[in-house]
Amino acid sequence: MDNPGVVGAFYLLSGVTVLSSLAVFAVRNLLHAVVFLVLAFVGMAGIFITLSADFLAVAQILIYAGAVSILLVFAVMLTPLADRNNANSLFVLPGVAVAGGFATIVALVAVATDWNVLAEEDLGYRSFATTIADIGQALLGPYVLAFEVASVLLLAALIGAIVLVREEERA
Amino acid sequence: MTFEELKPFIVPGLPHYLALSGQVFAIGILIALSKRNAIAVLMGVELMLNATNLAFLAFTRFVPQAQGTPALAGHVFVVFILTVAAAEAAVALAMAVLVYRRRETVDLDRLNLLRW
Amino acid sequence: MRIPLPFGMLLDTTKDAPESVPSGTRQRIVRVPVPGLRLVGAVVALVVIALSVLIGVIVVGGALDGKWYDFRDLGNTMDGLRSVLPECVLALGETCVVTGSYVGYLASAVIGGTGVLSFVGLILVLLVWSERRLLARFQVRRGPNRVGPFGLLQPLADAIKMMQKETVIPRGADRFLYYLPPVIVFIPLMLLWGAVPWAPKMTYADINVGVLYLVAVTSLTTLAIFLAGWSSNNHYALLGAMRTVAMMVSYEIPISISLLTIVLFTGSLQLTEIVRWQAEHNAWFAFLLPLPLFTFFFSSTAELNRSPNDIAEAESEIVAGYYTEYSGMKMGLYLAGELGYATATSAFVSTLFLGGWTLFGLETWIPPYVILGLKISVVYFVLVWMRATLPRFRLDQLMAFAWKYLIPLSIASVMLVALEVTLFARWDVAAIVPLVLFAIVNYVFARIAMRRWATVLGYQPELQANHPVMTSGVGGLRAAQALRQAEGAR
Repeated sequence: MDNPGVVGAFYLLSGVTVLSSLAVFAVRNLLHAVVFLVLAFVGMAGIFITLSADFLAVAQILIYAGAVSILLVFAVMLTPLADRNNANSLFVLPGVAVAGGFATIVALVAVATDWNVLAEEDLGYRSFATTIADIGQALLGPYVLAFEVASVLLLAALIGAIVLVREEERA
Repeated sequence: MTFEELKPFIVPGLPHYLALSGQVFAIGILIALSKRNAIAVLMGVELMLNATNLAFLAFTRFVPQAQGTPALAGHVFVVFILTVAAAEAAVALAMAVLVYRRRETVDLDRLNLLRW
Repeated sequence: MRIPLPFGMLLDTTKDAPESVPSGTRQRIVRVPVPGLRLVGAVVALVVIALSVLIGVIVVGGALDGKWYDFRDLGNTMDGLRSVLPECVLALGETCVVTGSYVGYLASAVIGGTGVLSFVGLILVLLVWSERRLLARFQVRRGPNRVGPFGLLQPLADAIKMMQKETVIPRGADRFLYYLPPVIVFIPLMLLWGAVPWAPKMTYADINVGVLYLVAVTSLTTLAIFLAGWSSNNHYALLGAMRTVAMMVSYEIPISISLLTIVLFTGSLQLTEIVRWQAEHNAWFAFLLPLPLFTFFFSSTAELNRSPNDIAEAESEIVAGYYTEYSGMKMGLYLAGELGYATATSAFVSTLFLGGWTLFGLETWIPPYVILGLKISVVYFVLVWMRATLPRFRLDQLMAFAWKYLIPLSIASVMLVALEVTLFARWDVAAIVPLVLFAIVNYVFARIAMRRWATVLGYQPELQANHPVMTSGVGGLRAAQALRQAEGAR
């Protein structure tokens, strides 16, 4: 965790993530915003790797950068006459206030709290050789009900999305 | 100041990750609150979900395992969040397309049929 | 201008090199006789044979094992480099900031990264040539044969030509999104090649979740292709992009499911672990899992936009698909990226299904990366073969094939394989017995299921008059020569 590579990677990737999320807010064109959103997701996947969450980093790229971004682009394409200018509403100033306040509070809490809640010795970090076996065990062990419910949810979302956008057959 | 004293500030630990997560979440809030286009609002929501994932993973990494819980409970939560995010994106975008078909706009300021 | 080259070739820059030589006007390459060429060749051959024997003796004697000069595995060399580094390279105060192992790691990362990059560049240059030559061979042409010996320098000439061309940007194009995709398309290619295991220690990134990584990284190109099509402000480009995205999203599912069967057997997502499993059991997954192999291979051609699934850029229908509006080196990047993905797919087919760098124990003598290279070439040849012989699918056929045919079949095969794996873990006999049994069962299942399901979906080959017939007597250069002779006689 404390070799220069990981430290550098963390700052680089968090810079990329934060700046490209800001770009999602700032750019004028909606499709450009999608591109920057994908960049933010990829940066986030890199940060997951520095937390040695290898499976979730790859899943993040697969689901967000590969699937959700395509959905977003398709949604932009399927609404051709709508504005593509990524304009702001009247809520910008309250939004900035809320977001700034939130970020400040979280940062203060994160720094000020003593996170050593469970361990007696010094708070280090846990190292996992591989996460995927443990995740699999947990998913099909204690969380099997949630796992099944999630699969039902996905099926419902799939069918729901199809039913929603299906064109009515004109008789 | 020696390097020893600076080290906890430089080497990323739990506070660093949580602050980053808070920042990304805040940007997500900003986008979700201030954008007109429904699709852009959805992008903000996705960013917020992502920030939550980061917080979960950081806690899993830096906080020791509690007695009687699975080794990677935080990771399992993130798996579920990813699942729900994917489902939510699919349905929300389908709804955006549907709204567009009915009203020829996805501008949230103009979707005010239920106002007053 | 004519420049003499070794081996009696002439570089003739005055003429345009035609792809094919029209019959009747046969132009020959001018050969300059070189005296003593045969003698030189014989001496070189003798030296090579002597060296090979010497190397063989040394390798079998075991004098090399694990030394830094053991080039059977370039990882040994890196180990040698790492072992000479000091414990701590840079210390601030009492803490060691940069450890020796970290520097070794960094050095091997840089060297390996450079290796991957230069390897990809090299194969791209070579492949343009070999693919065109092979295709020409299949189509009874000669292919590029003018620039350099055997036309080997043709790719370089093409690249120089493409760089010189004027960059044309269509009016109304979105500049940012127009410039981005050729770059994005290339990044996943490099990332893919980094994960290929070349030898036991010679894997640039031996990722725990390698199989999933493979799927995730390939899915990144989808967005790039879509953006390319959209930003061009051209209907053909947009149509091509739409087709590609629909196709790639559909075919990702059968790919993932077919990879799942492998993972069920090995119990690991790591590519080196999958190779090791195959070496340990002396069983290639190609024999064990024929249906997933077919699914993976066919779906990969769809992901790659290659024939028979190249509807994304179907020249006769939508000009060039998503890169219609790209010109010069940008188009060159797309073409090169396509070739690179084709080879990467061959590499992954070899690794996952054909035993990777192992060859039934022969890998201790032959360098493993040579074995993998040969396997990649064979699979790539099959890809070119398919491109040259199979007609193109229609879009609806292609989508129906993914959703109605490949996905149900691969789900069924996952069920079957899961059953087999449960049996494999519990059955207490030598591993070879159940594996042979599973291979037979899977093969029979693949045959019956594929035929039955095709009939269920309404495919009736016996009713179609012009169904393709395999013939051995048709085609090839020899047939063309025979035809020409017959014409001459007449």
